[in-house]
Amino acid sequence: MAGALARIIQGSKSHLGIIGPLATVNNGSVRFQQTESTKTKFGPLADSDRIFTNLYGRHDWRLKGALRRGDWYMTKEIMLKGTDWIVNELKTSGLRGRGGAGFPTGMKWSFMNKPSDGRPKYLVVNADEGEPGTCKDREIMRHDPHKLVEGCLIAGKAMGAQAAYIYIRGEFYNEASNLQVAIAEAYQAGLIGKNACGSGYDFDVFVHRGAGAYICGEETALIESIEGKQGKPRLKPPFPADVGLFGCPTTVNNVETIAVAPTICRRGGKWFASFGRPRNSGTKLFNISGHVNTPCTVEEEMSIPLKELIERHAGGVTGGWDNLLAIIPGGSSTPLIPKDVCETVLMDFDGLVAAQTSLGTAAIIVMDKSTDIVKAIARLIMFYKHESCGQCTPCREGVSWMNKIIYRFVDGNASPKEIDMLWEISKQIEGHTICALGDGAAWPVQGLIRHFRPELERRMADYAARHGPSRAERLY
Amino acid sequence: MLSSLRSGVQGLWRASSRAIQTTANLQHDSLFVHRDTPEDNPSIPFEFTPENKKRAEALLAIYPEGHKRGAMIPLLDLAQRQNGGWLPISAMHKVAELLNLPRMRVYEVATFYTMFIRRPIGKYHVQVCTTTPCWLRGSDAVLNAIKEATGCEVGGNSPCGKFSVSEVECLGACVNAPMIQVNDDYYEDLTVEDTKEIIDKLKRDEKPKPGPRYISRQILIYEFNILYLVTRS
Repeated sequence: MAGALARIIQGSKSHLGIIGPLATVNNGSVRFQQTESTKTKFGPLADSDRIFTNLYGRHDWRLKGALRRGDWYMTKEIMLKGTDWIVNELKTSGLRGRGGAGFPTGMKWSFMNKPSDGRPKYLVVNADEGEPGTCKDREIMRHDPHKLVEGCLIAGKAMGAQAAYIYIRGEFYNEASNLQVAIAEAYQAGLIGKNACGSGYDFDVFVHRGAGAYICGEETALIESIEGKQGKPRLKPPFPADVGLFGCPTTVNNVETIAVAPTICRRGGKWFASFGRPRNSGTKLFNISGHVNTPCTVEEEMSIPLKELIERHAGGVTGGWDNLLAIIPGGSSTPLIPKDVCETVLMDFDGLVAAQTSLGTAAIIVMDKSTDIVKAIARLIMFYKHESCGQCTPCREGVSWMNKIIYRFVDGNASPKEIDMLWEISKQIEGHTICALGDGAAWPVQGLIRHFRPELERRMADYAARHGPSRAERLY
Repeated sequence: MLSSLRSGVQGLWRASSRAIQTTANLQHDSLFVHRDTPEDNPSIPFEFTPENKKRAEALLAIYPEGHKRGAMIPLLDLAQRQNGGWLPISAMHKVAELLNLPRMRVYEVATFYTMFIRRPIGKYHVQVCTTTPCWLRGSDAVLNAIKEATGCEVGGNSPCGKFSVSEVECLGACVNAPMIQVNDDYYEDLTVEDTKEIIDKLKRDEKPKPGPRYISRQILIYEFNILYLVTRS
């Protein structure tokens, strides 16, 4: 679930609990060990700098092919360099979590290195990819599973974890079986398990298949789900780094975050930090779906201009760039941006925050002028209504209300005053729930109202002209 | 005058009245509660097959001692697979017994997750993604084609009993939209013709080739071009 932690980044310091004193949180700027650079042109990424070299499954995904592509190379040496070295390298790289919230990974891992109280520690990999628009983790798991398994080992070593659980969504049956094969191969080759890679470190990797619930992409819901309960998010604090899976310290990371870690350790944090703008460094998998000529998943440099990304890799918007209506830049939870913003915006955390939206999972949904934009957002709200776990009242009831209202907006059977009411409802949901699903449901609506209010009003006027004043108009 | 006032008040009341409670269980696509039916009631015995018992042991082994409950979702999934794609109440009871838990704990989980289907379904469960990225690329046409070809309504079984059709939320293959899932396999980059072809094959119990259709079309065009060049020269 994208934006699972997004609120923590954007919210006030009081949300942060134990992280609060460590992170300076003002408009998304988090403390990094990075200096300002003067780079001005971003992308295209050279082939030699790609991390995921088998993204399209054109080569062998099994151990033999993975070894040929450079996976599991010097893993033992990396592990022997020790916990601090790995965490420092991650900090230098400036890698931010790829699951939507963008929390600095090095810092997250360092939370796990408190003095041990005897409890085991766990790494949990979030492969419950369900955000509409997002399909990057699936490509990693079915075509490059060894990157993920190796990443688990290195991340596990960095935080002293004894086992990793990979929580993969239940619908990904074939992907889970590829991953399982890769894990079995790694066990057989002695790469994981007892004395992993000959480093003297014991580490297990398990796959846990979910059963179809978007909310399980939220980290505490995911933990609950692995424990065999309903996937309902827990109240934080205590954060998973204190009390997580089976009551033990746990770190939950996205698949992409874990899968890039071995390459960062091999090629150095400085190499990774050389891509993208400061505080947004690295390469990233972008999913471009919707109204483009060739929808695709592609690895690109961060901070690449959105327009260039679409024109270069997705064959451009159907009917040409001028046919563009709006883009949802980071998966369904993020507010849409209209064409004039899309012209110049840079695809990174800070660039999109400045455009009043968010990078999320970097799943770009393109909508051309033939799109019924209100229906598109309404369908997303229906998604959230379906996926709300029902634990917090603002989300459970509020998203249902929003769904009802916005489906009337599709026909225009509503009063213009209701636009403000809808805005108000979305504001009442946002920030008043345990997890960020409520926020994720509120933001698309806010984006729609922010940029397409005239369209909504036009529809209502049309409806009134055809059918007389709507019932809502008569009431309010 | 009094009567007109009354009708006015009534009209206003009717217009402003609405259901206050709209909780999930009233709007969910399947019933939350269990109702005994001839096909699904607690007196029908359920037992894991010997192979599945071994699988169940392997599943239980990955969770630490004292937290064996973690195997609940995998075990329910195993039971559902054994039972032809749906989960009867006696299978839930069996899982509760295996995990040594109150039955209620299993019911909670089985009703929460959408992949546990608590009604008999057809041999082929066709799930059509209709969330925005797929919808933008024509999932409505695909859904209609499936409804027409199978004779199913959404959420129902086909008259022949072979198919069940569901409308589902994002299945995570958005760059290959529109797509459907039949049992465990994804069929991506669909057109209406592709969809009809897939359903036809399934009707004959053949397995259509899973995966994206777009690439195979591209290869076809490529091969055609080569053929064309060869024949012309």
